[in-house]
Amino acid sequence: MASTTKDAYYIPHKAQWPIFGSIGLSTLLAGFANYLNGASYGSTMMIVGLGVLITMLFGWFSTVINESESGIFNHQVDVSFRWGMAWFIFSEVMFFAAFFGALYYTRVLSVSWLAGDESFSLGTTKELLWKGFTGAWPTNGPGHVGGLEDGTFHPMGAWGLPALNTLILLSSGATVTWAHWGLLAENRAQLIKGLIATVILGFTFVFLQATEYHEAYTEMGLTLGTGIYGSTFFMLTGFHGLHVTIGAIFLTVVLFRSARGHFTAKHHFAFEAAAWYWHFVDVVWLGLFIFVYWL
Amino acid sequence: MKKTLQLLAGFWSVLWGVANAETGSGTGVGWGALNLPAGVTPDSHDIHDLHMTILWICVGIGILVYGILVYSLIHHRKSKGVVPATFHENTKLEIVWTIIPFLILIAMAIPATKVMIKVYDTSASDMTIKVTGYQWKWRYTYLDEGIDFFSSLDAKSNEARQLGSKIDPATVEHYLLNVDKPLVIPANKKIRILLTAADVLHAWWVPEFGWKKDAIPGFITDGWIKVEKPGIYRGQCAELCGRDHGFMPIVVVVKTEDEYKQWVAAEKAKQEVGKVDASKPLTLDELTAKGKEVYASNCAACHGAEGDGVPGVFPAIKGSKVALGPLADHLKLVLHGKAAMPAFKDQLNDVEIAAVVTYQRNGFGNKKGDSIQPADIQAYK
Amino acid sequence: MSVATHDDIHAHDHHDHGPAKGFMRWVTTTNHKDIGTLYLITGLIMFFVGGAMALVIRAELFEPGLQYVDPHFFNQMTTLHALIMVFGAVMPAFAGLANWMIPMMIGAPDMALPRMNNWSFWLLPFAFVMLSSTLFMDGGAAAAGWTLYPPLVLQTGNALPFTVFTVHILGMSSIMAAINIIVTVFNMRAPGMTMMKLPLFVWTWVITAFLLIAVMPVFAGAVTMLLTDKYFGTSFFNAAGGGDPVLYQHLFWFFGHPEVYILILPSFGIISSIIPTFSRKPLFGYASMVYATASIGLLSFIVWAHHQYTVGMPLAGELYFTYATMLIAVPTGVKVFNWLATMWKGAMTFETPMLYAIAFVVLFTMGGFTGLMMSISPADLQYHDTYFIVAHFHYVLVPGAVFALFAATYYWLPKWTGHMYDEKLGKLHFWLTTISVNICFFPQHFVGLAGMPRRIPDYAVQFAEFNAMSSVGAFVFGFSQLIFAYVIYKAIKGGEKATSEVWEGAEAHGLEWHLPSPPPYHSWTEAPDQSLISELH
Ligand code: HEA
Ligand code: HEA
Ligand code: HEC
Ligand code: CUA
Ligand SMILES: [Cu+2]
Repeated sequence: MASTTKDAYYIPHKAQWPIFGSIGLSTLLAGFANYLNGASYGSTMMIVGLGVLITMLFGWFSTVINESESGIFNHQVDVSFRWGMAWFIFSEVMFFAAFFGALYYTRVLSVSWLAGDESFSLGTTKELLWKGFTGAWPTNGPGHVGGLEDGTFHPMGAWGLPALNTLILLSSGATVTWAHWGLLAENRAQLIKGLIATVILGFTFVFLQATEYHEAYTEMGLTLGTGIYGSTFFMLTGFHGLHVTIGAIFLTVVLFRSARGHFTAKHHFAFEAAAWYWHFVDVVWLGLFIFVYWL
Repeated sequence: MKKTLQLLAGFWSVLWGVANAETGSGTGVGWGALNLPAGVTPDSHDIHDLHMTILWICVGIGILVYGILVYSLIHHRKSKGVVPATFHENTKLEIVWTIIPFLILIAMAIPATKVMIKVYDTSASDMTIKVTGYQWKWRYTYLDEGIDFFSSLDAKSNEARQLGSKIDPATVEHYLLNVDKPLVIPANKKIRILLTAADVLHAWWVPEFGWKKDAIPGFITDGWIKVEKPGIYRGQCAELCGRDHGFMPIVVVVKTEDEYKQWVAAEKAKQEVGKVDASKPLTLDELTAKGKEVYASNCAACHGAEGDGVPGVFPAIKGSKVALGPLADHLKLVLHGKAAMPAFKDQLNDVEIAAVVTYQRNGFGNKKGDSIQPADIQAYK
Repeated sequence: MSVATHDDIHAHDHHDHGPAKGFMRWVTTTNHKDIGTLYLITGLIMFFVGGAMALVIRAELFEPGLQYVDPHFFNQMTTLHALIMVFGAVMPAFAGLANWMIPMMIGAPDMALPRMNNWSFWLLPFAFVMLSSTLFMDGGAAAAGWTLYPPLVLQTGNALPFTVFTVHILGMSSIMAAINIIVTVFNMRAPGMTMMKLPLFVWTWVITAFLLIAVMPVFAGAVTMLLTDKYFGTSFFNAAGGGDPVLYQHLFWFFGHPEVYILILPSFGIISSIIPTFSRKPLFGYASMVYATASIGLLSFIVWAHHQYTVGMPLAGELYFTYATMLIAVPTGVKVFNWLATMWKGAMTFETPMLYAIAFVVLFTMGGFTGLMMSISPADLQYHDTYFIVAHFHYVLVPGAVFALFAATYYWLPKWTGHMYDEKLGKLHFWLTTISVNICFFPQHFVGLAGMPRRIPDYAVQFAEFNAMSSVGAFVFGFSQLIFAYVIYKAIKGGEKATSEVWEGAEAHGLEWHLPSPPPYHSWTEAPDQSLISELH
């Protein structure tokens, strides 16, 4: 048997949080499903489920943070966490890939099929079903689904708020790296300043995004229901915004832990995980900016 | 071990049977229905030949693989006192069994490509028919002739196929493969089929024509046929399209060119006669009688012959709030549809709509008492 | 390096040595064997549930005409049968094997992330309760096939959001399990256990795990779009808004095709473990087996649209997907040939695991051949959506994946329980199963070719004979599985004591055979001796 804690691979026992997680998550989702089906108790169920889920997250993370701070995670455990986080981010990348794929498919294939491209059944789709549809992107489809009274809508330009948001996210990537340098150099003030800046930039991004949505819904005739443009626009930017929010909360936790004196130059997996996640969110945004807003 | 051998022998003898069956027709009965039909169109012949080629190649590889396996199973067993060899690699051998299958695949890909190019060539067709899938019937529109009709499961099959009907399907001619009004086409003409759907995905498939293609709402897909032999050919919807997916057959009557022309003329004449005077008022009895017919062929599939619906999926008409409510809402729903409820404005004419709506408001114990006139429909529109 | 467990760390001990007692042991466990057992039992139960649904299908199809169920209910059975078999029976069973065997095979004390391991499992029961409950909702369960194609699936009643969320939960569970497996294999190997020394079962699972992480999120995304199309007015699958129902099919099959390899790659690993043991010979072509598995994994990402040859893709697309799909026959062939070469000149004995492994090779290959035939797009214009397809995939799934699971269970059961199973009953189970599975699925080739579409509750009379035969086979097959359950029960309860090696000469084929039967609660608390590893082959 191993004699010292340092070289032992830590295996926790009696995990009570996962079952809470399962109960919370399934209550939340079943509540949501009931809500969608018009049941009156749906939203209550959602709130209860969400409460359990959040309790679970608090509990689980506190346990792990306490374990980490007590020094029982050796290097090998740390490596496990890193691999785990990296593959988790990969799964997130693939989730976004589904929506980018949908954007690509509709822009390049289905809309041109509808608009009479010769490689699909010699263009008969337009001729017989959707006369007059030109298929110019952005579009809400040959049926002019959603949009303003007359079925038109205004697409979201790239060079207003979105460009500003790009700038914000890119700088937040820089500030988080600066914070990391601070941590590596044992300069806690720099670490904390860097994190504060990142968190503020993150939430500013979310706020601006909300402003943009508000404008889209109230003035531009651009909603989730505005044909395929609205669908892809809001689902992509919406899921991204959700991830920014999660990332910013994650960074906030890391900020509080830093202020409490957690992390050392050698031992700071949580910080790096948050930073990786943040960079991932950043890169997704660049993809969005190029393919959703710009091109 | 002997059993395995017998079993294997059994399989291969059956396969052999398949290969030699050359049934040439998918309508063979009982144990004879073993293989793809050789078909009656150029595509179907090509595809049948291709199928036989790849089947034989697979059988060949199978004999080799199973032969080696069986030999090994017989001779390399511990009970025979064999001392196991210790080899565990042989690069040359491994390269050989990578390259050879690859070459075999190329040999299969070449004819496959040729056939696919032909199948895809819908250009230079003599006539075009648009086929639209509905839950659960087909609509055939002859784009050049202006003929347009629906085709659904024939009444006898429909009666026999009900749960607990007690009718033996074997007594029904062409059980599930017969329709009330078949598609009629001329032989030896290249016909382009354009496919689309009104509600969900369907797929149009007549095995003897060699291919199937999905019918997708909002899109047109296509294919072509050129039937060599006059006759009657049967097929089925081949994409799950809901409750009665199994009950939307396809029947194509292929006539000689002259007979086809006669059929077209007769069809057009019938359409003239069929045009009813929509301004003439009808009595409640006339309306309900007609409505009952329309209901049976258009609505009963979902809402049930007795108007009971399917709980949770299709609402009942009996006691329905809509059927007993304001006429405008009722008409709006029937004309324009809602969710899974199809829009009937293009499927039924004003008389039929008036009749079926009247029937719904007065049948099934609904007793609303109003009789809706075709003119009301026009007014509503 | 040495390894230790929580038990050794007294500073943080909450006075718990070993597992909790009673039911809570299973709820809070972080032990790879406990979790493996939970997965395996879940898999077996769901196999019976999914199988019972298959029997409803086969009963209705016994003769033409509608005898027992409404067509709408029939479609629900088809849909749930497939979802439950795939996500409830086969995948959890493989995850259970991975949990049990991987730490033992690579010389690790446990999985790398034990708490998360608990969650991966404990999401499943909730998911299956949610899925099963849809049967009792207004409008019944989803009835659009396991592929959940829109627009049809959007006609589902209240069950739709529950079905979608079930997929989300299952996806989370699979992703966490997959991450755990990859991390365990990359980070927890004993010193000297290099990647090219890993047993093939471990290799195949690493690649499977990679596939899972890559494709489950795409499936989650696709069903999310179903949800928003139905409830939030998006137009992903609606032509009027510029979307396309076929988009869903691309997303689904981008997931779905790798998914079917997720169901078969671990089977390949199992067969590659069993055949050498009972041939008393090293596995032939270890390296090429690894490369072949990796190639199958990679190819699986670029062939998805072979399920959509009939949707009207442009010609170039049809041809591309034809060629790419055909290519998969090459690495799969390599595997088959390597198994043959392993048996060649071996000294074979035919215990139940080996019988199943041999049947796997024969019958999986048969399913592979029909797969290859269907990959030829013009021919698939005939085969598509007929019983020929149903025959194909049941050959690769039942005498494929499920037989591999039977083989694995018989192979490792003595290790798990410490008792030999009843060999006589095992053989009886094998022969009944193997004969009936062919009676059940072989005739489906014929009716399919002769023109019987799939997913229909009733059929034209010329298909009657073969369908009757198929149904008889299905019932015999189904009830034979009760023997299987009994054999497991009996071995758990007692029986002849198993040695640590269990099978003659097995010690040379894997580290698990160096641990006692049953193994200690924590597998390798001390890394196995280097010499053990270097002697493996
Ligand atoms: C375990 C699951 C599994 C496996 C392993 C496979 C393996 C293969 N499958 Fe299958 N498949 C399914 C599960 C699986 N499939 C399922 C569930 C469906 C239906 C889904 C649905 O619609 O509901 C399906 C459907 C399906 C289709 C769509 C049919 C249609 O709907 O129209 C196609 C088409 O190409 C296909 C092809 C293949 C091919 C080429 C392989 C290859 O991997 C096979 C390779 C193996 C061999 C070829 C045999 C061994 C090789 C040799 C001995 C070497 C020499 C051989 C030659 C050179 C020929 N499969
Ligand atoms: C791993 C996956 C897997 C497995 C193991 C199976 C196993 C079986 N499958 Fe399944 N099947 C699929 C995956 C699988 N299937 C898929 C993906 C589809 C496509 C679905 C779709 O079209 O969307 C399908 C579709 C499908 C169909 C076509 C349905 C249709 O098109 O309408 C049929 C028909 O015969 C069928 C039959 C069977 C049978 C008889 C078994 C047998 O092996 C089952 C064995 C039976 C048992 C194990 C039962 C044991 C139970 C008892 C003895 C208990 C009885 C007790 C009580 C009732 C309390 N399956
Ligand atoms: C494909 C199935 C289908 C067919 C065929 C069909 N309906 Fe319906 N019908 C529905 C569905 C589904 C609804 C529920 C729509 C909703 O409210 O979401 C419905 C609702 C209705 C209602 C309102 C019932 C209520 O109380 O809510 C009426 C009236 C009706 N249909 C009339 C008809 C008539 C008349 C026909 C034939 C001409 C017809 N339907 C054919 C599926 C169908
Ligand atoms: Cu129409 Cu199936
Ligand atoms: Cu596939």
